[in-house]
Amino acid sequence: MNRQLASEIVFLSLDHIELVLITIAIAAAAGLPTAVVLARRALARRWVLGFANIAQTIPSLALFGFLLPIPAIGGIGKRTAIVALCLYALLPILRNTVVGILGVDSAVRESAVALGMTRRQILWQVELPLAAPSIIAGLRIATVATIGTATIAAAIGGGGLGVFIFRGISMVDSKTVLAGAVPAAAMALLADEVLEWIERRLSPA
Amino acid sequence: MPPDPILEIRNLSCIIAGRTILHDVSLTVAEGETVVLLGRSGCGKTTLLRAVNGLVAAASGEIRFQGKPAGEWDPILLRRRMGYVMQHAGLFPHWTVAANVGAVPRLENWPEEKIRERVDFLLRAVGLDPGEFRQRYPRELSGGQQQRVGIARSLAADPPLLLLDEPFAALDPITRLDLQRQFLELRRTVRKTALFVTHDVREALMMATRIALLKDGAMELLARPDELRRAQTPEARAFLSALEET
Repeated sequence: MNRQLASEIVFLSLDHIELVLITIAIAAAAGLPTAVVLARRALARRWVLGFANIAQTIPSLALFGFLLPIPAIGGIGKRTAIVALCLYALLPILRNTVVGILGVDSAVRESAVALGMTRRQILWQVELPLAAPSIIAGLRIATVATIGTATIAAAIGGGGLGVFIFRGISMVDSKTVLAGAVPAAAMALLADEVLEWIERRLSPA
Repeated sequence: MPPDPILEIRNLSCIIAGRTILHDVSLTVAEGETVVLLGRSGCGKTTLLRAVNGLVAAASGEIRFQGKPAGEWDPILLRRRMGYVMQHAGLFPHWTVAANVGAVPRLENWPEEKIRERVDFLLRAVGLDPGEFRQRYPRELSGGQQQRVGIARSLAADPPLLLLDEPFAALDPITRLDLQRQFLELRRTVRKTALFVTHDVREALMMATRIALLKDGAMELLARPDELRRAQTPEARAFLSALEET
């Protein structure tokens, strides 16, 4: 019995990690380039960040529910869960990247222009390295939040550690709830530590 | 025939956000000259400097660099041929001193060995020991040292023209004098043409071969330092009286 529980914890933890990694990969792949563009366009920035802000305020369980009936992205399963999780992960990634790029000292940016750097060189050699701590901070916030929110994915058949939690709730069995909640919490703490360490390494001392 | 001037500005006007910042300014800078743009805050002297390397667009008039209209230059290439020093050095905080000084040569794909030699030569030229300073980061330097690095960086690819925007204004008086002397010395050894912006008439008299006095976006006077000392135009007298006060 214990052995079976342990193997299920391992299995669902890996399932959970998969959900989180796919979500963060997609959100970062979409969010980082978008943020680079937004950093140069004030009007678009207001609209997109406003939209991401609104997405953030939708209660997560409700968002999963909303997405279910939508044809291409909805339905029961991981895909719907990942779409919803991406919407949440997008805001911190977008906002922190934009803030990081806009936060680059204007004298530094100007000297890069005056030195004869191309826009691409300024982006890759100056803006992104200087924004890196802020970008990593955004990824950290997104990752930690996704690890937590991903437990709700089980409600729409998305798997992950939430399976334990929903099962525990329906069985009124707190031990089963904890079998999902404790590994998820540990995972969040670990991800937080690791990414914070990277963030510090990239910050100027 | 005298050689082509390095920089020719003809009837330049600049309008920023509907406000005329520069009005009908003409100026020619010949090789080896240091022309100082002198004026009060907001007189347009910095805008003139920025117009020269294309950071500000001209509303009318013409700028020619090395005989070729600025509009025909690739702006990236144009800027790499003009060293630029700002009031706050604007060093890249995530790069070492050596990487900062070698920035333009690296953009120009010089071989690493040559960049290294050039960086060491320039650090010595601005009074910094390469062994001690190469691997430092800008935040580990004093304001004066940062400004020295900024000057070394502007000279790195041996540009035909230097643009200096109040390079010593933020320094304490002792450091400032030290850097002013060093700059004069440097100019003798590397023989550079420079356009130098300042609001400090003492600095202008010390540095300039010629001084362009700007008032409200127009050029009031273009004169050698000894001529400026005797000049009777209103703005010249205002600056000279400021000099006498001290």
